[in-house]
Amino acid sequence: MNDTDIEPGTAAPPERQAAEEVPRPRGIGPLGWLRWAWRQLTTMRTALILLFLVALGAVPGSILPQRGQAPEKVDQYFKDHTVLAPWFDRLSLFDVFAAPWFAAIYILLFVSLAGCVIPRAFKHYRAMRARPPAAPRNLSRLPQSESYETGATPDEVLAEAREVLRRRRFRVDVSAADATKGGAAKGSVAAEKGYLGETGNLVFHLALLALLFALGLGSSFGYRGNVLLTEGNTFANSLSRYDQFMPGREFDSDDLPPFTLTLDDYRATYETQGPKRGQATDFVAKVRYRETPGSPEKSYDLKVNHPLDVGGAKVYMLGHGYSPVFTVRDAKGNVAFRDAVPFLEVENRGLTSEGVIKVPDAEPEQLAFYAILWPSAAVTEDKNVTSAFPAPLNPMITISSFKGDLGLDSGTPQSVYKLEGIGTTLQPLGKDGQKIMKPGETFTLPDGAGSVTFEGLREWMSLSVNRDPGRVPALVAAVLAIVGVVASFMVRRRRVWVRAAAGKGGRTVVEVGGLTLGNPTSEFDDIVAALRGPQERPGTDAPGTDKAGDGETKAGDGETAASATESEE
Amino acid sequence: MSSADLADLSDKLMLSTVVLYIVAMVAYAADLGFGPGRRRRETAEAEAVSTAKVLVGPDGAAAGDAAATGPAGASATGDDAEQAEPRDWGQLAVVLNLLGWGAHLGTIVTRGLAGERWPWGNMYEFLTAIAFAAVTAYLFVAFRYKARFLGAFVMLAAVIALGVANIWLYDEVGPLVPALNSYWIAIHVSAAIIATGAFTVAGAATILYLFKARQEARQQVRAAAADGPPLAAGAEAGGLLARVPSADNLDRLALRVTMFAFPIWTAAIIMGAIWADEAWGRYWGWDPKEIWSFITWIAYAAYLHARATAGWRGRKAAILSLVGFACLMFNFFGVNYMFSGLHSYA
Repeated sequence: MNDTDIEPGTAAPPERQAAEEVPRPRGIGPLGWLRWAWRQLTTMRTALILLFLVALGAVPGSILPQRGQAPEKVDQYFKDHTVLAPWFDRLSLFDVFAAPWFAAIYILLFVSLAGCVIPRAFKHYRAMRARPPAAPRNLSRLPQSESYETGATPDEVLAEAREVLRRRRFRVDVSAADATKGGAAKGSVAAEKGYLGETGNLVFHLALLALLFALGLGSSFGYRGNVLLTEGNTFANSLSRYDQFMPGREFDSDDLPPFTLTLDDYRATYETQGPKRGQATDFVAKVRYRETPGSPEKSYDLKVNHPLDVGGAKVYMLGHGYSPVFTVRDAKGNVAFRDAVPFLEVENRGLTSEGVIKVPDAEPEQLAFYAILWPSAAVTEDKNVTSAFPAPLNPMITISSFKGDLGLDSGTPQSVYKLEGIGTTLQPLGKDGQKIMKPGETFTLPDGAGSVTFEGLREWMSLSVNRDPGRVPALVAAVLAIVGVVASFMVRRRRVWVRAAAGKGGRTVVEVGGLTLGNPTSEFDDIVAALRGPQERPGTDAPGTDKAGDGETKAGDGETAASATESEE
Repeated sequence: MSSADLADLSDKLMLSTVVLYIVAMVAYAADLGFGPGRRRRETAEAEAVSTAKVLVGPDGAAAGDAAATGPAGASATGDDAEQAEPRDWGQLAVVLNLLGWGAHLGTIVTRGLAGERWPWGNMYEFLTAIAFAAVTAYLFVAFRYKARFLGAFVMLAAVIALGVANIWLYDEVGPLVPALNSYWIAIHVSAAIIATGAFTVAGAATILYLFKARQEARQQVRAAAADGPPLAAGAEAGGLLARVPSADNLDRLALRVTMFAFPIWTAAIIMGAIWADEAWGRYWGWDPKEIWSFITWIAYAAYLHARATAGWRGRKAAILSLVGFACLMFNFFGVNYMFSGLHSYA
């Protein structure tokens, strides 16, 4: 395998090739060592090892739960693996992509990349402005070469060659036959083309660097938050209204655009027939919003894959569920609670959901309820109740009542989806405290503790609100990376030299030589044909152009035109 | 035709596809084992030795013109002989393969019509489409680069993929889940399918390369011991590898196909990121699927770099390519069935 076998865009630059020949230095002082270390870091071998480490380092991020994606699963992991989890945590294995060791690998990789690519960019810039290299002494030794005789004078031939190559968008350098330069360059045309390949390669690598910066920009200056919003309610964009908020390091709460958003109606559509019965087919949230408190109200259909842009932030629909509405009266007959309570799904085929109602205002004792909702209640053969369909065709709930102290004043934060202290501070009201209810029904609690009314069902949706200033730069960098990699794979650098000298009998001997990075293409033959003109058809094979292969004919910049199997047949 | 009829037709076409591919695989294997090209290859290699400089023919037509006089005449007449050969297992295999390909295309189209949507909404359809892309990529290189020797291996991969799709992943025609209901499914998923198909062909060529390179190395040792010319020893070699071109050619073919697939894979990841930004509100969230796409991308990037680095070219680079392919497969099967993530549509 020789050097011409290297495909365009995949050739390692010479400074990266020299890795293994560099001997270990002795007695060169700290500066020498630094230079040696830098050279090692920027070799391709180091870059390959770092690439491999990035890939390897990403693996635990997919195996172990990650705090950034699923903090609740990390908590669960800690409960399940009491010995391992703290050790994993010390190694940042629950935050792999924010871990110092992971950052160390990719920063080293990008330094290595910059250390190679940036000097190469300067070199390439100079090469693009320099003259094409002068013709080598012996053109017939080049991978592609041809020679013929013609009646035209050497100057005419060179002028024609220059014209032909210019038309093919080569960069051309001519040294006339009578020039005083002498040597091999005398009476020849040197032409070069295909700088776009190396340009594309550099653009690709620089775009990856830019992508990294865009990611950093987004995570430093952006923010992201989650909100649960029930039909009929309005969300005002401020920190206190978020259920979960993840600001970037440089985030300022003044950055939150002051929009408001009201959910009027949430519609989920489900497949009603066939084997896929119950599968969701569409979710639409009818919302109204104002960009600022004073601006006019607009309406919008928020959907999956169809976010809302408002005041520089983006609002996404994430999930949905049911919020049953309850009215609770306490022992004194006062309304202690009336609201929609978001329930979380426990099973997704029929959207069976559960939730709790906390009534701290009930007197004399606080009340609490745990309930299960079946949107389309049905009784199975073994007399269990299940939900047969996710839409609320026959909503029913079963409710269990508790009284006592909710523990809300203790200072420890509580989940709104869970009751704390059952059996200790909260006492179940026993078998009589349980009931299955339909919408509109009221259940009178035992011992005159009060009553609870299941008023009906509303739906909730969860929203993600975020702003990411790195979004557009990242997109631009990504597009540049693709364009760059395609250009570097498609375009190869190639050189053509034409030499004309007076031969015997007043004829002019023309020699043409071609050198292509990668496999030779038929472009060279087209150029030779154009130079010879229509009157002189090639009769026999010229020396040096072997036709052992067959079949590869397509010309042009983008062709990897060469037989992969030239010795097969 | 009603939706149910179309779905039924799709299932029947799937069966025809699998049967045709199996028969094509046998024919390809027969071609490798005792195809007519074997003896000719030996003479062609002898010719190659006598030619001082074996370069790629830049112009096929010119090679034909020169056939009468040039040293390359042997290979051109060899071509003619192949066309005249009445019992050519290879050609039978290609015809069967093309028929199977047509049935495969029909399977996908009827499935799409039955569901009135893009036919890659679940794992069954996705794997079917990947097998289709692999066969298409193979047919392309078979015609473009005369890489028919890959046929048996690609058919085997396609039959396994379709078998897995039918036995374990089969799903009735249904509507898309709302998350997939976007024009990005046509762009992002198609790019992933095409890249995966092409990577599969590159993987087949790489595996063959590893075997062939080992065989060639052994022959060189044997030839050196016998003090004979190495290529003559190569012609004696038996086994299925005899009809497979040289390791260098296989290596180059694998590289070329990878160079086609890699930008498409890059684009698939980036378009996936754009879609993720629209659907989930972030363009990169280290979801398991994203992680493994990234790992796959890195492995192939490493292969492309290693291929051009002294000391890594050849066997080491080939192994990197296979690591990339393993990651790709894990991304498809492992991630969807072992981890729960946003890409779990199974």
